[in-house]
Amino acid sequence: MSVLAVLEQSGGQWHRTSWETLAASQQLAAALGQPVEAAVIGTGIHVLAAEASARKLAKVWAIEHDLLDVYTADGYTAALEQLLRKAQPSLVLFPHTYQVRDFAPKLATRFSQVLVSDVIAARSDGGALTLVRQYFQGKLNGDVKVTGDGPVFASLQAGAWRADALENGPTAATVETFVPELSAAQIRQKPEPPFREAARAVDLTQAGIIVSVGRGIKEQANIAVVEDLARALGAELAASRPICDAGWLPMERQVGSSGQTVAPKMYVAVGISGAIQHLVGMKGAKTIVAINKDPNAPIFEVADYGIVGDLFEVVPALAEAARKAKG
Amino acid sequence: MKILVAIKQVPLRDSPLHANAAGKWIDDGGLSFEVNEPDAYALEAGLQLKEQHGGEVVVLCAGPERAGQTIREALAKGADRAIHIAADNLEALDTLGSAKLLAAAAETEKADLILTGLQSDDVGAGQTGVVMAELLGMPHSTIIMHAEVKAGGIRVKRELENGWFQHIEMPLPAVLTIQSGSSKLRYATLMGIKKAKTKEVRRLTPAELGGLPAAVASIEKIYTPRKNKQTQIFEGDAKTAAAQLIEKLKFEARVI
Repeated sequence: MSVLAVLEQSGGQWHRTSWETLAASQQLAAALGQPVEAAVIGTGIHVLAAEASARKLAKVWAIEHDLLDVYTADGYTAALEQLLRKAQPSLVLFPHTYQVRDFAPKLATRFSQVLVSDVIAARSDGGALTLVRQYFQGKLNGDVKVTGDGPVFASLQAGAWRADALENGPTAATVETFVPELSAAQIRQKPEPPFREAARAVDLTQAGIIVSVGRGIKEQANIAVVEDLARALGAELAASRPICDAGWLPMERQVGSSGQTVAPKMYVAVGISGAIQHLVGMKGAKTIVAINKDPNAPIFEVADYGIVGDLFEVVPALAEAARKAKG
Repeated sequence: MKILVAIKQVPLRDSPLHANAAGKWIDDGGLSFEVNEPDAYALEAGLQLKEQHGGEVVVLCAGPERAGQTIREALAKGADRAIHIAADNLEALDTLGSAKLLAAAAETEKADLILTGLQSDDVGAGQTGVVMAELLGMPHSTIIMHAEVKAGGIRVKRELENGWFQHIEMPLPAVLTIQSGSSKLRYATLMGIKKAKTKEVRRLTPAELGGLPAAVASIEKIYTPRKNKQTQIFEGDAKTAAAQLIEKLKFEARVI
């Protein structure tokens, strides 16, 4: 029995949330009284496996195969299934990345299990594990218990555990290479190289102040109201995903997991409820201001200052007050 | 080509939500419902593929009686017929359980392509499509922006993180989970609404699909999250609140 952290890498580069997952694994393994193991998947990954082995853990599995050079759902699922049958962990943790979302539910199904996805906290009450995840886009939390045979599978929300809590080991852990049995024929997805649509003309990461607009704005013509506040504050204008999807603002102004990740000195969220996909892109801001009609909107979870009210009254008043304050 | 689109009915966005008496799910009395938004994009993608290649779009929905309204709306937008897995208390199922019901119903259709939204607005597990694919032995891909049918399969544009994308090809039949905003949603026409009334809705019960699967993962308790951060809220009329906020931003946070 062990806690297995499945770390994510691509082209020899770690996904930044891999270390958060390993830190969480160390903490939960300590609570459960079990050793920690980690798995790295790919081709020629011994350097990465060695790097992981410096952390405080019992073993690093280097899952090596030529067919794992590029990610595919079929390849990763087959390789990890074989490793799990051999390593027999009680708990398997992943970072909640786009890639994990693509294959981990399939892997869990092979064990008649369910992936508890996007977990924000976990606790062990005498060995009984409770996983906490969000429902209704962050408006409610739920405590989840998993039963059944086979390992518990969970993916962890970015930022829910801190990578700087990661402990190093006194000596390097063992690295064991695991070569799964894979054939090209069983991998049905044929991926092409990743690409970007176009160079970004707007670099929101350089902005000192960002005023960002969400669904609460209701229609495109109303964006002018928020634009005026941005002008008054000397801010860049940004938006949550639905606004860019609707074509009301260009995609390059989108903040969130599929857009830009920003950390300005001030972020003003106007009519943005604060779904996690948006929060991960802006919660690093030094000061966060939220204007929303719903006092229970998750955006207030991260806001330093807030006004609960009708944005069509509040935003023009703010713009006027800001102009006065700046003289 | 036969396209099956799995859709879910969820509470209207911005609904006031409270835990039910058992504390394990929300009290849905008095709420209004709509189609899960990513599923609306899955339906749109299905309708567009049918327009290009011909065939049929079949909507698949598991839910209580009230889900019939969401099914009719999908038929009004242009789906040809529907399957309604009618049952109450489906929220007691976990993702594997609901995917088993949907997959069992999908087995009866032998579709070339199964589409669904990338996640639901209520549970948000983002797994139903992937688990269905595994249960049906089909290849899949998730967070799809665009799909193009080619000889011997399908080529999709998958969204990656941080503004990256990737094309992937796979054989059919396959399951795709569709990203919100991947295309513009159509409205139902008056003619569509009229026609929807006569379109076939095949009703199935969980019993006809092998029974309600027992849950492996279950919600012990659902609750409003406790705030970790102290937020200073300014009240009163807009003008007063705005003036107080700007003063704080200038003299306390020192950001303007």
